[in-house]
Amino acid sequence: MFETLLIANRGEIAVRIARTARRLGLRTIAVYSDADAGALHVAACDEAYRLGPSPPRESYLAVDRLIAVAKAAGAQAIHPGYGFLSENEAFAAVCAREGIVFVGPPPPAIAAMGSKSAAKAIMGRAGVPLVPGYHGDGQEDALLAREAERIGFPVLIKATAGGGGKGMRIVHAAGEFASALASARREALAAFGDERVLIERYLTAPRHIEIQVFADAHGNVVHLHERDCSVQRRHQKVLEEAPAPGMTAERRRAMGEAAVAAARAIGYVGAGTVEFIAEQDGRFYFMEMNTRLQVEHPVTEMVTGLDLVEWQLRVAAGEPLPLAQDAIPLRGHAIEARLYAEDADRGFLPSIGRIAHWRMPEGRSGVRVDSGFRAGDEVGAWYDPMLAKVIAWGEDRDAARRRLIAALRECEVAGVTTNAAFLERVLAHEAFAAARLDTGLIERHRDALFPGAEPLPDAVLVAAACAETAALRRATAARARSSADPYSPWDALDGWWPGRAGTGVALRFADGDDVHAVAVHAGDGGALRVDLPSRSLDVVVREDGDALWIEADGTRLRASVAAVGEERHVFVGGARRRMRLVDPLAHAGEEEPHAGHLMAPMSGTIVAVLVKPGDRVARGAPLVVVEAMKMEHTIAAPAEGVVAAINFGVGDKVSEGTDLVDLDEPPA
Amino acid sequence: MTVIDSALDPRDATFAANREAMSALVADLRAKLAAVELGGGEAARAKHVARNKLLPRERVRTLLDPGSPFLELSPLAAWDMYGDNVASAGIVTGIGRVSGRECVVVCNDATVKGGTYYPMTVKKHIRAQDVARENGLPCIYLVDSGGANLPNQVDVFPDRDHFGRIFYNQATMSAERIPQIAVVMGSCTAGGAYVPAMCDESVIVRDQGTIFLAGPPLVKAATGEIVSAEALGGADVHTRVSGVADHYAHDDHHALAIARRIVANLNRPKGAALEVRAPRPPRYPPEELHGVINADIRKPYDVREVIARVVDDSELDEFKARYGTTLVTGFAHVHGYPVGIVANNGVLYGESAQKGAHFIELCAQRGTPLVFLQNVTGFMVGEKYEAGGIAKDGAKMVTAVSCAKVPKYTFIIGGSYGAGNYGMCGRAFGPRFLWMWPNARISVMGGEQAATVLATVRRDIIEAKGGAWSAEQEAEFRAPIRAQYEREGHPYYASARLWDDGVIDPADTRRVLALALSAARNRAPEPTTFGVFRM
Repeated sequence: MFETLLIANRGEIAVRIARTARRLGLRTIAVYSDADAGALHVAACDEAYRLGPSPPRESYLAVDRLIAVAKAAGAQAIHPGYGFLSENEAFAAVCAREGIVFVGPPPPAIAAMGSKSAAKAIMGRAGVPLVPGYHGDGQEDALLAREAERIGFPVLIKATAGGGGKGMRIVHAAGEFASALASARREALAAFGDERVLIERYLTAPRHIEIQVFADAHGNVVHLHERDCSVQRRHQKVLEEAPAPGMTAERRRAMGEAAVAAARAIGYVGAGTVEFIAEQDGRFYFMEMNTRLQVEHPVTEMVTGLDLVEWQLRVAAGEPLPLAQDAIPLRGHAIEARLYAEDADRGFLPSIGRIAHWRMPEGRSGVRVDSGFRAGDEVGAWYDPMLAKVIAWGEDRDAARRRLIAALRECEVAGVTTNAAFLERVLAHEAFAAARLDTGLIERHRDALFPGAEPLPDAVLVAAACAETAALRRATAARARSSADPYSPWDALDGWWPGRAGTGVALRFADGDDVHAVAVHAGDGGALRVDLPSRSLDVVVREDGDALWIEADGTRLRASVAAVGEERHVFVGGARRRMRLVDPLAHAGEEEPHAGHLMAPMSGTIVAVLVKPGDRVARGAPLVVVEAMKMEHTIAAPAEGVVAAINFGVGDKVSEGTDLVDLDEPPA
Repeated sequence: MTVIDSALDPRDATFAANREAMSALVADLRAKLAAVELGGGEAARAKHVARNKLLPRERVRTLLDPGSPFLELSPLAAWDMYGDNVASAGIVTGIGRVSGRECVVVCNDATVKGGTYYPMTVKKHIRAQDVARENGLPCIYLVDSGGANLPNQVDVFPDRDHFGRIFYNQATMSAERIPQIAVVMGSCTAGGAYVPAMCDESVIVRDQGTIFLAGPPLVKAATGEIVSAEALGGADVHTRVSGVADHYAHDDHHALAIARRIVANLNRPKGAALEVRAPRPPRYPPEELHGVINADIRKPYDVREVIARVVDDSELDEFKARYGTTLVTGFAHVHGYPVGIVANNGVLYGESAQKGAHFIELCAQRGTPLVFLQNVTGFMVGEKYEAGGIAKDGAKMVTAVSCAKVPKYTFIIGGSYGAGNYGMCGRAFGPRFLWMWPNARISVMGGEQAATVLATVRRDIIEAKGGAWSAEQEAEFRAPIRAQYEREGHPYYASARLWDDGVIDPADTRRVLALALSAARNRAPEPTTFGVFRM
């Protein structure tokens, strides 16, 4: 085993790799970009080196810089994690040339799986089942359209070099093909520098089942069973679990053997994942092989009791695989939820900002949290917005599912919007509970999974009001201590008014457009009376670190309230709500947006302008495409109109809220 | 220090009867306060609210720091004075905390006769300004007023302490570096236009606040020009063109928030030096004051029972306890602030007056604020006392009270009659504040005494002419005099005319005093120079 390991990644995976590496007694080297100078993964390692500025190209993708750091730090091995350079054959080759062990497969294996079309050709030859499709080199529009017809709609267009859902389009009918092709090519070019695409049959209720494989340099290949990642949105995994519900021993063996065959076919070494698309009847087809550690590897770890990073390091050090195929355990069930900084109710728009409050369900029995963040960290636009992975294990699937829901209820993040509530809803949904899985689950149950605004629970208002009053009391006491009138009777917080009932502390909270007036009247020993718009209730509040225990209506609930500017993030009794403490000064200076202006939903770069001034456009017509947070966002016309002005051109950087296009009302 | 040992038993029948009587008076007071809080009545309030305007006391509450107290002054001003209901004289005044600083707030109530200035409105506005000046408190005017009440113009416009005095005060207070801030939330017409114009900084609410010397009807009459109120003197024109106002606000909430921001930037540290201690509550709860005061005003009680329910830990270090015992003097703390207490415990004799003068001198010398607990029928009368020079002893006390420059606070907790009122720092002697309890009475002498004096004079005249005056005739003569004195000596009658700063629940005495003592620390003390004491 080598002594020093450089971890060429960031976030939760860097932290997770460091944990195993340190357990094995390795000296760990972290690297960081400017944006990550204070990040958790830097603190998780023994030493840290700056790579460069925040853009990945100048930091985590800067091969020369990484090699230089590895040499300076005396690292004998580099673990690439996932993403970034993990599946970059050239980087693996440079490592080899420089005498540094790349913890991953040999460059030819990466190359073999890097091109999806080439990979399928190899797999076809190795006898691995494939989805009907076109994987040829010919990329003429007409040829591709003909092939689509041959395969039969619906078809899927995918970037040949792609992954992660980028450059991917579903086409339901021949008429949509041309525009979908153009869009897929544009995204593929932006994401991978390669606009080639392939076409496949689109399965209508498919499941995504993948096999974890491991190979050593001595010719041994095993699989560590399957994971079911069918719960997806826009081809991004949302929930992952192991084992796959309904999996039989025979089918597991068949899929495992196919995966092992795939690995052998390309001379694979290390950890890899063979992804299959499976029909409801159990037939399965090879999709792709990921030549790296997967985000969702913890579910495999929890059902096998193995440490996949340890296996990776051992294999990279030349050791044989620790276990033979029939010795690999499978016990219980594990489910992983990916906690993202994104707004599920606004089309999953990524959310960036500073984490003002952070509480994870760590220490809960059967629950594992892999995270690269803590309170005070910045979630920036430069990198993937995944905040944490929450994984729960149980004796059976339902136990794991219930544990995961309970764990997610304890996830408290303020400062960025998270998908935690959405994850809870998916986990709690009857279709997921009954394991009726396919990749269309979320889309099919939209109405239940995106219920829209729910009425504000009283407990949320009570918690917000109690926390605000406590904060006011602390601030008043602090100011009094430093004033020349330290015991001033004016410091009272009962809203006293001679001859009248005291008003207490009167507060106003805005929940969307609704403003709720609340008054808090202090009594003795933490007793308060809280007047809500609907009713008045007596509560007893006890402060417990950052949290409050609020006893009301005979129930005692734990509440956290985080203040971010005027926002108040309230976590109480499983409810998480963001309200605004009404401050009339905060927004009064802002001009209201003009109805005829279309604004950038977030900061990004203009990648396409689809109209010109004077064009008459229909409602919903795409006008401008903004690339932001590694995704394309199409700005569509909200109503029929005439384009008055386009304020930016392709390549321009725009910030959130800027007017992109001015639309006039159409002439009558 | 010495703790007052109360001799009262709250379980005692007299105590219970007293409490019942006082509680009834306090309940009546609260009912009156609730009535005036409704301002100009339901219809006027509904109309006001429909214009998206906050009601006056809501405006005050929104302006103040959340949860902080408001020491409203004279809410019963103009009570039962004018033919129609002019609740609180159409103006809310008081002291409150804004951005951590005590300020005087003056807020028109447009639901009461359009916020126009009745004679008592003017008096109350000017009184609030006096409070601001004496205590060094910034003034915030929440303006929503149609200006002078035209039918009453003779009692509003021309005299020294009439409408013009408001602007004189603004100018001279600003000169004394007492900030003047206006928030124009409604009309500011004619003379009223000078309120914001005379201010250091002003805010105006769009589509709501207007400032002009002559409104659209007068302009049309004078020049034929037709112009809207908003165009003539609205927020846009005054903040963008004329510069009459400084800050443009979107609504009441926004305007009040801007006012809070203005106060936050005043750079006015508080800090008149006083040796302050950590406050301790009295050993006897202030609520017990309801049972302390005898329901029958003529029955005496020990005023130390009152002091024990006002001062910290019920501690009083008496001065000259064995001399002039009808006046109790001593040092105590109220909410941590040192005070000198001067309290009546019977009729004033020459010795009591001398003791009072001596004690007031001590407090003035030491910079200790003075608290007067007034319950006095007057100075002792009779040949013996006149010969003893009680007039010159009384004069010493009046001289001392008049000249002492330390903050003085007067509570009329019982009778306030004759020269006793003077020696015990009545309204004419410039106390920072004067409050009355609901059981108090104030007049030149008691109704019974006045009736007797007048009846005696009358009988002398009749009998000198050889006539006869029957007992029935005398009783008939005396009754209306007694009734008049009872009516005009009532605290509501006094409060309506701004002879005080309000009628308060006795149980609130400690808190009201504490707030006032704290507020006074916003102005540095001045040295005292006494006049000639007649020896």
